[in-house]
Amino acid sequence: MEWDGIDNIPTSGGALLVANHAGAVPSDAPMIMHGIETELGRPVYGLADNFFRTIPLVGTGWSRTGGVPAHPDNAHRILHDHQELALVFPEGIKGPSKLVSERYQLRRFGRGGFVETAMRAGVPVVPIAVVGAEESMPILFRLPTAAKALKLPYLPVTANHLLFGPVLGSVLYLPAKFRFRVLEPVHFDVAPKLGKYPRGRIMEEAEAIRQRLQEALFDMLAHRRSIWFG
Amino acid sequence: MGRRILLTGLDTFWGSRVAAALERDPGVDMLLGMGTGTPSTALERTEYVRADSSYSLLSRIVQATQVDTIVHTFLVVDSSSMSGRALHEINVIGTMNLLAAAGAAGSSVRHVVVKSSSLVYGCHPSDPAWFTEDTPRSRPPRSRLERSLTEVESYVRDFADENPGVTVSVLRFANVLGREITTPISRNLARGVMPSIAGFDPLIQFLAESDVVRCLETVVLESIGGTYNVAGDGRIPISEVAKIAGVWRLPISPFFTRQAAAPLIRLGLLDLPAELETLLRYGRGIDTTRLKAAGFEFSTTSAGAVERYAEIARLERVIGDEPRYRYDADVEAFFKHSPAVVRRVEG
Repeated sequence: MEWDGIDNIPTSGGALLVANHAGAVPSDAPMIMHGIETELGRPVYGLADNFFRTIPLVGTGWSRTGGVPAHPDNAHRILHDHQELALVFPEGIKGPSKLVSERYQLRRFGRGGFVETAMRAGVPVVPIAVVGAEESMPILFRLPTAAKALKLPYLPVTANHLLFGPVLGSVLYLPAKFRFRVLEPVHFDVAPKLGKYPRGRIMEEAEAIRQRLQEALFDMLAHRRSIWFG
Repeated sequence: MGRRILLTGLDTFWGSRVAAALERDPGVDMLLGMGTGTPSTALERTEYVRADSSYSLLSRIVQATQVDTIVHTFLVVDSSSMSGRALHEINVIGTMNLLAAAGAAGSSVRHVVVKSSSLVYGCHPSDPAWFTEDTPRSRPPRSRLERSLTEVESYVRDFADENPGVTVSVLRFANVLGREITTPISRNLARGVMPSIAGFDPLIQFLAESDVVRCLETVVLESIGGTYNVAGDGRIPISEVAKIAGVWRLPISPFFTRQAAAPLIRLGLLDLPAELETLLRYGRGIDTTRLKAAGFEFSTTSAGAVERYAEIARLERVIGDEPRYRYDADVEAFFKHSPAVVRRVEG
């Protein structure tokens, strides 16, 4: 793991960290959370889809390691009431379900809910570009019909599955080199705790953050010599 | 003039304990209890009227006694103890009649207190970690009990809208643990087995029995209006509950849970109503900031309530749970009522 620009993460006060999301069973969330906790000594609360809560062991394990169901109230409590760091992946489920051929191409940033959450809590957004997660568990193809039958958001077949089998392949990652680049924080000069914020402004800010993150990713990929050694 | 209070469910744990607490207050002139059974606690000066569970005659009683406060403690929050129809009669129809009596033309009622439950928030994976009083449910209620409680609360809301002159208090209590009250959780703990859903260890809130009574007492006597969450501070994982109480955990399959648990429920080995099953999966937290801001102080936390329960359970294992002979209570009663005691007349 290598960090670039870690000083951009505030050492006190709340901040909403946003990152790109990748890998069939995403490994980037625990990597970022653990990384910041060791580098800065502050806890990071990862906001995850409620779907995780319904899986035995995974849901409980996730909440024990600092995961929180993504609900606007929960985010507001962490950011505003407790002034802590929260991590979200605005791509949502569309991020980790990308095929290997689409890697590092950011999806739509939801409906900009993360910007509204940060505005309401009166905290900055800190974008983090992650390189490496895509290659740690690359998706070769998806099985949409089987996913629907099993009520899963997506059912990927990964290179790891082919290498290690269906069970071990879901928990063993390829040793890709992880690099993180923390970008300049984005401050919104708006009054916190309002009921509503102009939708146009929200979408504009969300898109601007997406653009910066995408450019940072392309820049990092351009400078990467090896997938495995960085 | 002092308060004139009507209390429902006097024959239940809640009603009798609240009546005993209110009796001690000199500001309470008259205390009238209603219930369907026979009250089990010894009460000093509470009047008792036996009624049917849906309170069809209530408006006449309210008119005749000119009560200014109604404390509605008789809401069933434990679905494993009765049939769906009885539950509906008691909760929904009972509350409807009660509120109709309270809101009748020329009614003397100025304060209505309803003892509700945190079950009205439901339990769903998309729930927030903490519910405030204004957070809506994530999904419409599916279990009978939750449906009846949401219906009750909507009647109470309508009543509050139609009668702006009446102070309405709704108290939503979390899981209560204590020596006297029986709930699905306490029945499981008493059997020495706490069911859990394999792979889930949710965070649950508890509330000590004594805090429940104190909270109802405070709200009634200080006429605090509004909706309040009532629960001990913090949340505690169910595994920890089992450890503190010193009981075994019985993991049930996370898939086909109903079917897996059914034979065990039939055999009377465990209690697992639908509400408890979802609670054991996802847990629930209710935010009590508003009640604390209103000036109420809890005597203990969620974990403290479980510990207190465990201490009582250990004690009862040694001395038994039969009420012991209370010599001092008898002597007190003798001093108060016996003609043999020479009383000094004041003034």
